[in-house]
Amino acid sequence: MSSNVYQRIYTKLEAITKATVTLRATGVSNEELARVHGRLAQVVKIRKDLITLQVFAGTEGIPTNAQVEFFGEPPALNVGEMLSGRFLNAYGNPIDGGPEVEGERRYIGGPSVNPFKRKQPSELIPTGIAGIDLNNTLVSGQKIPFFADPDQPYNQVMADVALRADVDKIILGGMGLSNDDYLYFRQKFEEAGALDKIICFINTTEQPPVERLLIPDMALTAAEYFAIDKNQKVLVLLTDMTLYADALCIVSNRMDQIPSKDSMPGSLYSDLAKIYEKAVQLPDGGSITIIAVTTLNDGDITHAIPDNTGYITEGQLYLRKDTDTGKIIVDPFRSLSRLKQLVINKKTREDHSQVMNTGVRLFADAANAKTKLENGFDLSDYDLRCLDYAKDYSTQLLAIDVNITIEEMLDTGWRLFRKYFKPEELGIKQFYIDKYWNR
Amino acid sequence: MKTTGKVTGIVSNLVTIEVDGPVAQNELCYIDLMGIKLMAEVIKVNASQASVQVYESTRGLKVGQNVEFEGKMLEVSLGPGLLSSNYDGLQNNLATMQEVFLQRGEYTPALNSDKKWDFTPIAKSGDSVIAADWLGEVKEGWLPHKIMVPFSFKETYTVKQIAPAGQYTINDTIATLISNKGEEVTVTMQQKWPIKIAVPGFKEKPRPYRIMETGVRAIDTFNPMAEGGTGFIPGPFGCGKTVIQHAIAKQAEADVIIMAACGERANEVVEIFKDFPELIDARTGRKLIERTTIICNTSNMPVAAREASVYTAMTIGEYYRAMGLKVLLLADSTSRWAQALREMSNRMEELPGADAFPVDLSSIISNFYSRAGIVVLNNGQTGSVTFIGTVSPAGGNLKEPVTESTKKCARCFYALSQNRADSKRYPAIDPIDSYSKYLEYPEMEEFFNQKMNKGWVERVLTARNIVQRGKEAYDQINILGDDGVPMEYHLRYWKSELVDFILLQQDAFDSIDCQTPLNRQEYMLNLILDICKKDFHFEKFEKCVAFFKNLINILRQMNFSEFRSAQFEQYKQQLINTVENVL
Repeated sequence: MSSNVYQRIYTKLEAITKATVTLRATGVSNEELARVHGRLAQVVKIRKDLITLQVFAGTEGIPTNAQVEFFGEPPALNVGEMLSGRFLNAYGNPIDGGPEVEGERRYIGGPSVNPFKRKQPSELIPTGIAGIDLNNTLVSGQKIPFFADPDQPYNQVMADVALRADVDKIILGGMGLSNDDYLYFRQKFEEAGALDKIICFINTTEQPPVERLLIPDMALTAAEYFAIDKNQKVLVLLTDMTLYADALCIVSNRMDQIPSKDSMPGSLYSDLAKIYEKAVQLPDGGSITIIAVTTLNDGDITHAIPDNTGYITEGQLYLRKDTDTGKIIVDPFRSLSRLKQLVINKKTREDHSQVMNTGVRLFADAANAKTKLENGFDLSDYDLRCLDYAKDYSTQLLAIDVNITIEEMLDTGWRLFRKYFKPEELGIKQFYIDKYWNR
Repeated sequence: MKTTGKVTGIVSNLVTIEVDGPVAQNELCYIDLMGIKLMAEVIKVNASQASVQVYESTRGLKVGQNVEFEGKMLEVSLGPGLLSSNYDGLQNNLATMQEVFLQRGEYTPALNSDKKWDFTPIAKSGDSVIAADWLGEVKEGWLPHKIMVPFSFKETYTVKQIAPAGQYTINDTIATLISNKGEEVTVTMQQKWPIKIAVPGFKEKPRPYRIMETGVRAIDTFNPMAEGGTGFIPGPFGCGKTVIQHAIAKQAEADVIIMAACGERANEVVEIFKDFPELIDARTGRKLIERTTIICNTSNMPVAAREASVYTAMTIGEYYRAMGLKVLLLADSTSRWAQALREMSNRMEELPGADAFPVDLSSIISNFYSRAGIVVLNNGQTGSVTFIGTVSPAGGNLKEPVTESTKKCARCFYALSQNRADSKRYPAIDPIDSYSKYLEYPEMEEFFNQKMNKGWVERVLTARNIVQRGKEAYDQINILGDDGVPMEYHLRYWKSELVDFILLQQDAFDSIDCQTPLNRQEYMLNLILDICKKDFHFEKFEKCVAFFKNLINILRQMNFSEFRSAQFEQYKQQLINTVENVL
């Protein structure tokens, strides 16, 4: 980030904490950027001439006579076609060895879209994964997180989803990404030959946590440029939002704010909503869709981070390992896409909702049969057929390594129903049985 | 002379100002950020330092910037044209804003000052009037919109002159009044009122004494909402809070509906924007949007304006109540409002209460709920504001400050249960935890006795008891096994399932089942209670299960059929035969 012509330089700090420094200065504006001892910082509090700055890289080694220069403007990103294919850090500077990004300078974390100017989301985003397309269909303009334990392959699934989705731009915001995962994304995008439509903003675990706070705003400012100025369909991937919230927690703690639930700041809901609500379908065809990752602590969704997220996002996707088949599947019971009814049967085949509901219900019957088996009860013929069905359903449809069209998913569904059940056991409307049973 | 000041400190949207004159608590001011006027409200004064919460982002604000105080609190404009409008929390008209993005400092007028309304006078010159008395009437859509003596007028006045019937804008003078002190004042069709103060202008506020029908059986039959009553719906995410609120909004027996989308998802509001103009109101045959005002301050819009949004909604509600109308106010969600209070309290470094909420949270909430109610107007007519708020408890745990504070003041409690939602028993209103205090009101019992056959409340309590006992029996069956309990337990459980499936559960997406009028609810309740009273005997529990499953199927078909249609009667006959067969 370049500094401005009129720089004001100060050399005396009044106070230093682990994340903030305080000094006396005049003419400073709220949220403006500064450089403290060579590190970027942002104004978070002004009391007369006493200015508190949040130092993104941490304050280790900063002396009281450190040099402080104010930039006179809030954090910004240069937007333009040049962003395509670039890997940038939390400040929007290149980390791929390429040239500085040139373009129009836009302040990040800008205002929100007038809700009255929004359009209702109605375009399906196919991913090839039946656990998503068939049971929890994604819609452009939607915001949805993966709720996953840290050991699950959410980043791989997200990369697959991104590469298969029919979108114009994919913007990755990596927060606290391990270096291995960063290289994985990079390699995966290169292999797919999709670099021209990808933009990455990366903060790895090697970098200071507070820097992460800039990542979502950077990614979404780039997304807004392409969606609103260029009418493009943009998919934003944010991983991992739990680490983002942890960074919020660190800053609020250093600023002596009173914590609310789970030691999170009281403004957590608004902070997360400001990010997720950038997802939008615009009347001119542009859209921003957000797929995020919220890692859980041993599946605990009552923790403040997943709980607040659940109230903001339009559903959530759960991954779990199916021990019967050894596959990682998209859990059909706990996952939910709140916007799916906007496209199911409208943008997909007429039998979609029937196949979806019946498929999941039979899988639930299989789960009940399994419980019966474990408790030592006798299984009926129906129970046994359900168990066999569940194995096929899990490997051929729910598994995350499936990659087929929605038409094929529906046909697979019918094939499995036909293999294990009689039409009258399904409770599907007769009209659809007549039409699809013997296809 | 207006008081002015200069900015001395900034933390997020809390700004401190050195003032040069008197300021009032909750007074409005504008901070001049290089030409952009940022609206703010005084929330604390300490000597010459005023702390204000800014309704916009404070990015770029500097110490020393100028502030001008307005000498008044945050007000809303009240007049014809409020219905069918979409406002933000500060009553800016969202539809007339130009940009895709919400621009700081862009304030759009709430009411259209060019539009002409057909005015008919009600008062005559020489009449003696006080605040809230009706001077005339305009047609707002199909609703009679009363033009009143402004609520802020404190004296008794004599009408000197009133405009003849004709077309006027909201700023034309429609009446001239002379106060008992001899002052002459003019009245237009528009007036202003500060949102944090309850609208006065009624004679008395009796206890609610009649029901507000919603067409939802789990509410009307089991936990009735009173006209002018208060209720709240807490529930974890994914339990169908929004579906219930929308169902109530679409079906409730109200003249005016005010929806306050307070800190919720923008796409849900877009759904209201899209649906309501298309939905037909069953009772009037008119578009639902014609009698609806939407206040929309979604989760990404400024937090302080979110706090204001519920008050804006309530004030508009009270305004229509003063016209003798039935207003239904829905707020989704009051937890987001409470969180806005928490964020401010936190920035002011107040000592926190439970979960870091301000210590006076409980009194703020109960004060707000107390603004609802049925009132007797000066002319003897009645008007009402019925308020239903949703609460989004953290982690789905009802032992948290917002739920607990709300429970103390709201008279109806519609608990949404995760278990019911998981087993797709919608609406997920828990039949055992939920309650309506109005069932205990003698006034209400009197009302029911006149409207329905005698003993209604008693029958409702009997049905509730059946559900309660059924649940106990179910727990026993689960522990001891199907064969380990006496047949009596199975009967008890299945009778409760009958009540659950036929009365409590309701298909919000079926065109007939979605809305059940009160007389049909009574008919079905009586039918079910008659069956439950019967003495059934079964040899084996499988027989009992099969029998009741069959009954449930027949009764559900009745729910899906037009009331008293040939098809309906046919199912009823089938039901009678099935029951006779096993007796």
